[in-house]
Amino acid sequence: MDEMKKFATAGNKGRGVRSDCFISIELCSQDGISVEMVSKVKALYGKQIEVEIKEMLNFFDIRHAKVAIEDSGAIPLVIAARMEACIKQLIQTEKEYLLPFLAANAYTTQRDTHRFTRLYLPGNTPSLAINAGIHKPNAIILDLEDAVAYDKKFEARFMVRNALRGIHFYGAEKMVRISQLPKGLDDLSYIIPHGVNLILVPKCECADQIMVLNQHIETLKNRHHITHDIWLMPIIESALGVMHAFDIAKAAPNVVAMAIGLEDYTADLGVKRTAEANESFFARSMLVNACKAVGIQAIDSVFSDVSDMEALKNNVLRSKALGFDGMGCIHPRQISVIHQHFAPDAEEIEKAKKIIHAYMMAQEKGLGVVSLGSKMIDAPVVKRAEKTIQLAVSMGKLSANWREEFED
Amino acid sequence: MKCERFVVNAAGRRVPTIVNGKEMIPFQGIGKYKPGGRKYAPPIPSCLDYPSNGDKTLDSLEEALKRCGLKNGMSISTHHHLRDGDLISNLIFDIAHANGIKDLTWVPSASFPCNEPLIRYLEDGTIHHIEGSMNGALGKFTSYGGMKGCAVLRSHGGRVQAIQDGEVKIDIAVIAAPSADCFGNATGAQGPSACGVLGYSLVDMMYADKVIVVTDNLVPFPCMPFQIQGNYVDYVVVVDKIGIPEKIISGTTQLTKSPDRLLLAQWTAQFCAEAGLLRNGIGIQTGAGGTSLSVGLHFHEQLKNNGWKARFGFGGSTQYMVKMLEDGVMDYILDAQAFDLEAVRSVKDNKNHIDLSVYQSYNFHSKGNYTSLIDIVILGATELDTQFNGNVVTHSDGLLLHGIGGWQNCLHAKCTILPIPLFRDRIPVIVDQLTTLCGPGELIDVVVTERGIAINPLRKDLIEKMKNSSLPIVSMQDLKAQADAICGVPDKAAISDKDEDTVAVIKWVDGTVLDTVKRVLV
Repeated sequence: MDEMKKFATAGNKGRGVRSDCFISIELCSQDGISVEMVSKVKALYGKQIEVEIKEMLNFFDIRHAKVAIEDSGAIPLVIAARMEACIKQLIQTEKEYLLPFLAANAYTTQRDTHRFTRLYLPGNTPSLAINAGIHKPNAIILDLEDAVAYDKKFEARFMVRNALRGIHFYGAEKMVRISQLPKGLDDLSYIIPHGVNLILVPKCECADQIMVLNQHIETLKNRHHITHDIWLMPIIESALGVMHAFDIAKAAPNVVAMAIGLEDYTADLGVKRTAEANESFFARSMLVNACKAVGIQAIDSVFSDVSDMEALKNNVLRSKALGFDGMGCIHPRQISVIHQHFAPDAEEIEKAKKIIHAYMMAQEKGLGVVSLGSKMIDAPVVKRAEKTIQLAVSMGKLSANWREEFED
Repeated sequence: MKCERFVVNAAGRRVPTIVNGKEMIPFQGIGKYKPGGRKYAPPIPSCLDYPSNGDKTLDSLEEALKRCGLKNGMSISTHHHLRDGDLISNLIFDIAHANGIKDLTWVPSASFPCNEPLIRYLEDGTIHHIEGSMNGALGKFTSYGGMKGCAVLRSHGGRVQAIQDGEVKIDIAVIAAPSADCFGNATGAQGPSACGVLGYSLVDMMYADKVIVVTDNLVPFPCMPFQIQGNYVDYVVVVDKIGIPEKIISGTTQLTKSPDRLLLAQWTAQFCAEAGLLRNGIGIQTGAGGTSLSVGLHFHEQLKNNGWKARFGFGGSTQYMVKMLEDGVMDYILDAQAFDLEAVRSVKDNKNHIDLSVYQSYNFHSKGNYTSLIDIVILGATELDTQFNGNVVTHSDGLLLHGIGGWQNCLHAKCTILPIPLFRDRIPVIVDQLTTLCGPGELIDVVVTERGIAINPLRKDLIEKMKNSSLPIVSMQDLKAQADAICGVPDKAAISDKDEDTVAVIKWVDGTVLDTVKRVLV
């Protein structure tokens, strides 16, 4: 960091800003601490906000400072993030002001956890994060990359750290998209010890990047005695990345999924991104193939028109037909549409039930050959039907005991 | 003294029994108080005093007010059909002020931001106090103790009850009418300032001593079909403009885009479907708020998918309710207020879109009213406590910012559902102690928040029906704990608890005093 400043600011203010605050701190040489506050919740929380601010200054051994806060209803962990972002521009310290880790957020995820939907949340916009979990995406992504302006990246790290620790995400897999490597390596200490489940690696172009990233992750895991896996999802966003997709997919055992980012990819090709998406057909197929070759999930790009649910549906169906296992969301409204159409439909489930039933009957009778009507059924067909059934059961579209009620 | 002789009422609230020198009855419990005596009656008029050619028009509102005998201490009533575009109600008090009149009581059916200029007349004593509703700046002014008298807040139905019972005697009612004839027959359905219906003013028409109709669209007799009957009208004043059209009616009412509110709407609709509340032949009221409009949209879809029809939808009406009517999933709209242009068009053109008086729909001192016939009503609240008691007029910081509207009246529906966010920018909705009690919890059935749905323990039937639901059914205590964990428990706002700092009283639908609003100290 550059030479320490005497005056620092962090946070957001102005029209349309909610559940956030803007804090400025000026270090002084005398006169103790003063707090100037404008807050829409002053009548109810003014005293508590002042106590929180003074506690933090005391924690960081700051004795003389002028603090000004413009508050639009920030919850305590947001105020704490803004305060710490200010303080760390003013003093050199290794100390971290950590609020209690929310017990409900202390979950890990599995390699094959469903990742149909992952909701992007700009890392520096707390109002969108606070209620994200209630919309039940499979995952939330706290974004430190494109959704955060360059000069806000520093303060966003504290916001993301505090969000991972303290915002209830109701079981959604907690993902963070770090900045593009190598800058993204600096993000790791703000997320690895704080309950992140999966890291999205933007603009990934070669397997080496994954190796380097994993070295840093391992170091941090050892330092903080973390034993569970932290998964990786590289995002392929360039022609070079597409050509290296297979290598990236098999670069490390904690790579559990790979995503494609079509905005940057089409820009790299020098073509326009169209609704038909013919220009990215090759890239998407490459990605799906690379993923399936290694046995990991293939994740499609986001669909950016948040008001057009019909177009989103068509996009999901196309995506599913190509072999993708999920896609990104940029608005909670998209979640249910994506879940609904990535899930097997009634016809698929019925067909799968018939196949599995025939297979089970053949097994019970000791027959080597499975047939449905006059048709022989090959092993891969059974395997695909099994997957469909598993998916339908796990998404609540089919009872686990469906065979009890099954009639030929 | 604005308020005197305080007692503790049946809701446990300390309330005055004398307000602005008039005796008041403390709240005695739901369904406990019955009035006696006879309705108020205005003086008997005679045709001898009115022109035989039927022409009651006058050149100016000032002249009309003077002929009505405007003097100190009178009560003047107005109505909010023209909403934030109203140009008439302020004008009345400009005239009163110019003539040195003092100590008036203003009895609006609701106030809007456009009424902010009246603060100066509250300050200089032209207006003594308001009996009606105080929104925004007027509310804030009242909260800080600026009003000379004590404000009296009533629901739309309570206002009708009070005027009918003679609790409030209206000396002069001024009815702004988008179309009228010279005899005083008037309608809101037509004219450049069309607002649809005039449902709030019919009670004033019947009970005020003097009635002035103000219009900017004089039509030849008869103004048909009329909503206001000229036989009740003393004078007709023709002005250039009664309102600003774009502020009278929002061009289109807006559905919410907030994903959190959409979730509330979806859960509310799902709850109604699963609990068997939504079915063929029901009556519903969904209001015009963003969330409740979205609930209405879900209802529309579900009714249609099941081949069902709602028998009636209760207004305020919007384009979405009009669509239900036109799409054949609703037989009638019963309407006291039109919120958007589509609703105004529908009132004018569709014979099944019925203009309705609040007198018929909401009056509790009546031979029954319509509110208890509604199957599902969707309402809001600023605060609730864990006993389901609700507040709609003040915020937790103590500021009086909203009117009661039809809220108290609609609590009498068969099922009252409140879809509300658990907290709004750190301010929790569920509190230990309500800032102001506006509705007893025994009338609030279901609270839908984004973090769970609470069913009133009194509604054992609903609890039973929902016991296997996939929806997150929780207790109010649980909801409160969730909000407190996120926001922190708020401190008590700096609001006076002294009797002498009473700035407003809240009336219940039967005219009894339910609670008070106290002065905000900082």
